[in-house]
Amino acid sequence: MRPLSMVKALNEAIYQCMLEDKNIIVLGENVCNRYREETYDLDKYFSKNRVIDMPISEAAFTGFANGAAMAGLRPIVEFQVAGLIYPAFDQIVNQAAKLRLMLGGQCKIPVTFFIMGAGAGGGRAGQHSDNPYPLLIHCGIKTVIPSSPEDAKGLMISSILENDPVAIIIPAGLIEMTGEVPEGFYKIPFANGKICREGHDVTVCAIGNMVPIALKLADKLIDEGIQVEIFDPRSLLPFDKDSLLKSIQKTRRLVIADDSNRSCGFAAEISAVVAENFYNILKAPIKRITRADMTIPYSAPIEKELLPDLDKLESAVRFVIS
Amino acid sequence: MAETNNPVEWYRRMQLIRKFEAYLAPLLHSNEIIGAVHEYFGEEAVAVGVCAALKKDDVITSTHRGHGHILAKGGHPKYMFAELLGRETGYNRGRGGSMHIADFSLGIFGANGIVGAGAPMACGASHSFKLRNENRVAVSFFGDGAMNQGVLLESFNLAKVLNLPVIFVCENNGYAVTSPSDVMTPGGIESRAKGFGLSTHSEDGMDVRKVYKTAMNAVSNIKSGKGPIFLEFITERYSIHNISAGDKNLLIRNKRLLGNTWKNDPINRIAEEIISDMKLSREDLESIDIEIERKLENSIKFARESPFPNPESSLDFMYTDTYLNLPLKGW
Repeated sequence: MRPLSMVKALNEAIYQCMLEDKNIIVLGENVCNRYREETYDLDKYFSKNRVIDMPISEAAFTGFANGAAMAGLRPIVEFQVAGLIYPAFDQIVNQAAKLRLMLGGQCKIPVTFFIMGAGAGGGRAGQHSDNPYPLLIHCGIKTVIPSSPEDAKGLMISSILENDPVAIIIPAGLIEMTGEVPEGFYKIPFANGKICREGHDVTVCAIGNMVPIALKLADKLIDEGIQVEIFDPRSLLPFDKDSLLKSIQKTRRLVIADDSNRSCGFAAEISAVVAENFYNILKAPIKRITRADMTIPYSAPIEKELLPDLDKLESAVRFVIS
Repeated sequence: MAETNNPVEWYRRMQLIRKFEAYLAPLLHSNEIIGAVHEYFGEEAVAVGVCAALKKDDVITSTHRGHGHILAKGGHPKYMFAELLGRETGYNRGRGGSMHIADFSLGIFGANGIVGAGAPMACGASHSFKLRNENRVAVSFFGDGAMNQGVLLESFNLAKVLNLPVIFVCENNGYAVTSPSDVMTPGGIESRAKGFGLSTHSEDGMDVRKVYKTAMNAVSNIKSGKGPIFLEFITERYSIHNISAGDKNLLIRNKRLLGNTWKNDPINRIAEEIISDMKLSREDLESIDIEIERKLENSIKFARESPFPNPESSLDFMYTDTYLNLPLKGW
């Protein structure tokens, strides 16, 4: 173990995978020439047929990755910002997600959609602030979101080795985050949520950048004797339903912290799953802290107003335990 | 199917497509095929001429109007009929239908219901050949309508940037559904592709010999490393855009369409050529036709006798790696 930033952990994961398997390629905009930390120097270690700078054509290079995957490669497609998946949406949703079934299981499509900088990063305005994971989940794309550098490396390795399309989404707010990361090659299995903090008063199911915020809140409330249990699902599809339900069986209260849109959002889905299973054991209504159903504006005070944060999460937690 | 320069084999493959498709209107009429199909009548020389220049392990991507490409690349009509009839024995186990037939063992990466969507996939497949130093090519078929689809134009550029062993084949039948190609594609089709720096060639798509020669040249240029090529074949679609189940006029229309003497018909053209150049008689060709009819009768019989997919298998094939709660049921 040694401290590593989120982007360096991701870089190391890709590097180690590419050393193991020559069918792994990485492609996207500006993945060469030391432009980005997460792909830094990969073009120095591997051939230009494996580390490919693409023209600004998200639809075509995503389709390229799908075709390469159907021909036996394992492409990693980088999108520098989450909003860039929209120009490629046909290739992600109509092609990558559907073709295995539509072709009767004749092929597998092991593509990794590596989505950097998802969510609001402070003053990036509407087109660069989305967190579109509910869209991907809705369309059947396996989706994972790390909340620490250690998880980022393990989840990236698992995503690359998975035999289906996977979206790995890196929250913009956590890109600079540093944490202890093992040197070796390790996987974090999908559908394997993590209890980041144990507690018995309330379960907070937190996703991505909401995990460190929830941890901060747990630290704050411990002085008042309130014990918050924090569950980070890590993979949203497939979802580790059993671990969440086990936690709620203990706390009987649930707050969901999800920095994506409210309507038809991931928090709505979790809320429904818990209500369907546990309507009779919950001691309080389920609370969702999400972003508003809004295009995120540029200016700081109105941007902040619309996003979930520590204060909003704290009021929700206080409400369900009151 | 293996590459061939034998005109009799071209004739056989074109007739197989024509006669296979003659079954479709009656099958829609009897509701044995549900939904809709897009017929390839009139365009057979393009699929047959191009695929006759390809080896078994070369890859193609096809279109919504894909039956011709699948048969020309070696697809067997029995698995195609079974797919169209929604049977478990179909190419896609009844999960795809007319617009999605694939056979990876023949290099057929599938027809596609989204116009232009196969082109970037052909690019990706061709890159894998390059990466592994394999002497193979990928061919992407599409229509003139796709020339206005962004992903196709992006693919032209990407193929040139990466110098990929890919051939783009535009089947210009003059219409995008009902919109005339010259109205919808200002500046012209071939010149558009030329603008991306692709080497291009436009050819009569009703003459299978010319199509074959053009495709052979393209394949040998690509295999010598000369980079991506764009081919336009001017062709004719005899039928309307698609035909659907429930249309009461299907049988009358089928009779009229197939009974028509099309003056430029690609099958008649090669038949006349074979008779005059190769000293084969009309009876020799008729015996080929009879053989095809027999194959198709056996194929449709196979499809009709095949089981439908078991409802319990409805969750299969969505994922390669499944999990406890994935895929989820809706009830």
